[in-house]
Amino acid sequence: MKTHLQNGQVIDDSVPQGDNEAVAGKVVSGSVIHIQNLRKEYASVAGVVPVLHGLNMEVMPGEFVAIMGASGSGKSTLMNILGCLDIATSGSYFLKGRDVTALDRDSLAHLRNDLIGFVFQGFNLLPRASLLDNVALPLVYSKVSREERVVRASDMLSKVGLAKYRDSRPNQISGGQQQRVAIARALVNRPKLLLADEPTGNLDSHTSHEIMNLFKELNERDGITIVLITHEVEVAAYAHRLVRLADGHIVYDGSSHIPQGDNEGTMSKNSTESSAAAHSTS
Amino acid sequence: MISAMLNEAWNSMWANRLRTILTMLGMVIGVSAVIVMQAVGQGAQQQVRESIESMGSNLLMVLSGSSTSGGGVRFGAGGIPTLTIGDAESIGELPLIAGAAPTVNETAQVIYGARNWSTQITGTAPSYFTVRNWDIAEGAPFTDSDLRSVTRVSILGKTVVDNLFGDENPVGKTIRIKNSPYIVLGVLSAKGQSLMGRDQDDVILIPITTAQRKLASSQVVGSVRFIMVQVRSAEVMSKAEQSIVDLLRQRHRIREGANNDFTVSNLTAMANTAAETTAVMSLMLGIIASISLLVGGIGIMNIMLVSVTERTREIGIRMAIGARGRDIMLQFLLEAIIISIFGCLIGVILGIGGALAANGVTGIRVEITLSSILLAFTVAAAVGVFFGWYPARQAARLRPIDALRFQ
Repeated sequence: MKTHLQNGQVIDDSVPQGDNEAVAGKVVSGSVIHIQNLRKEYASVAGVVPVLHGLNMEVMPGEFVAIMGASGSGKSTLMNILGCLDIATSGSYFLKGRDVTALDRDSLAHLRNDLIGFVFQGFNLLPRASLLDNVALPLVYSKVSREERVVRASDMLSKVGLAKYRDSRPNQISGGQQQRVAIARALVNRPKLLLADEPTGNLDSHTSHEIMNLFKELNERDGITIVLITHEVEVAAYAHRLVRLADGHIVYDGSSHIPQGDNEGTMSKNSTESSAAAHSTS
Repeated sequence: MISAMLNEAWNSMWANRLRTILTMLGMVIGVSAVIVMQAVGQGAQQQVRESIESMGSNLLMVLSGSSTSGGGVRFGAGGIPTLTIGDAESIGELPLIAGAAPTVNETAQVIYGARNWSTQITGTAPSYFTVRNWDIAEGAPFTDSDLRSVTRVSILGKTVVDNLFGDENPVGKTIRIKNSPYIVLGVLSAKGQSLMGRDQDDVILIPITTAQRKLASSQVVGSVRFIMVQVRSAEVMSKAEQSIVDLLRQRHRIREGANNDFTVSNLTAMANTAAETTAVMSLMLGIIASISLLVGGIGIMNIMLVSVTERTREIGIRMAIGARGRDIMLQFLLEAIIISIFGCLIGVILGIGGALAANGVTGIRVEITLSSILLAFTVAAAVGVFFGWYPARQAARLRPIDALRFQ
């Protein structure tokens, strides 16, 4: 169905891809994310700085995708555009078949509330609100009644194993627990897509694995589509699919299990052609 | 939705208790200042209004002697006695005039039993009661027959009764004025202070003829110091004034071109001037107080702007999980509204307390009206919303990506 699912294929997106052209026009309604020739430029004092050079990508429901890349490769920019926090300069982005590029601020806010769950590196919980209120916050903006908010937020907190801390403040629990709360918050409104920006960046390796197991479980058991950004190979190994970015280009899109050397932990050492390209830019 | 937002507003205000209280303080001071100033201003105006009412309406005063003339030795108004009871009677018969009361004044020592009191003795005619719009509280007034027979009768003011009789009923008793006995016919109703601040109830009224013949010390017999004239309506005041001038020039045989030997002054006009002065004063007090309200409002804006900057990241988080611009705006606006409304409520309470305290400590007349409280409250709430709106809009306009990156 999709060429980019072939293991180890390196897409050179500077050359227009025939199979991507074929998808243009007739939007695959089944895909969660569908971006075409996506460009992003920033205006700076030195002139226009291009960050993303026309990306093409499609993510199907139930996929678990890790996006890797060095600092400045454009992965955070891509994430912000996928999360409807930022708008692309040109190109198209279809989220669940809806063209996002044409939407106004309020509609984007509605999409973020309805379709997307965010997990951030810095957890980004509201420090003054209880864990229950933090988890229930997205429901406030989707006009869910108070009773239902409490029920659904409590359910989500139990799901991440923190039901007994529901009345605590974020600063009273550990970083790993805070990230679980953030995941509960991201999932409380039953999103179609979970976006995680370096979710383990502030956690020790043990807690990182706990969090990643939770993601894996959510993906495999509940079928939630997950796209996460990481620079840790161990973390990326939890995903089924890996997308590597370098200098605003997708330099690798395929299995997270690199063909030569199946050892996930040593993946970065046994660098492939593509990962070498990515590393050389850092 | 609103309940959740109220809860959040409360949490954020509670987290910054000191700052919230200080912001509120600006509002509290503004509102209480407006209420105290309004109370004092209204009190002053009310006092002037009552003084004017107690003076009688549409009043002209004809004083003997001229204040407007050319060469030679001039006497001040009231300085030389040129008016007579006859003049007063003639004025009273003019078509535009409701009544005219000739008046002489004398200060004398009054004795009743073991007590004595120094007060103003006013000799006048029965028309005085209608011209001054002054009722007899007890007993009866003297009449024209008392004037004709020059009887020693008296009507006492409230203050005189309090000082000479205490709780005793003075009607029918005999007091001594300059060692002559006078029967007390009645007691005047209380009038309070005059525009000049004099106690109008500290007076004894006796028939003018009695005053002229039995009490007068230096005055030319038969003369009166001034005539109080009541005009039928406010519209004809100047016409009535002219008719009095014409009549008196004729009666006093003043030649064409010669100066008047009397002065007519419009008491009502003077009173109105006094009323306007007080109104301007209370307006100025109100303006000064409003400035403090404005300063309070700017304080709210200042703090809300700081709060928006401080919570930019929080705004970013909220936007990331689906808050629209108007949700963010509502949240900050709600905080500004809560601060200003609570500030208003406390300000109203302090303002009323302050006005009552001002009354208790200095004895200044204060008038706390519901309308002034409502006005202060409404203006303050509006100021809060107005100054809260700008920071709230700043927050709502943030781009989610910028807000999230903010450190």
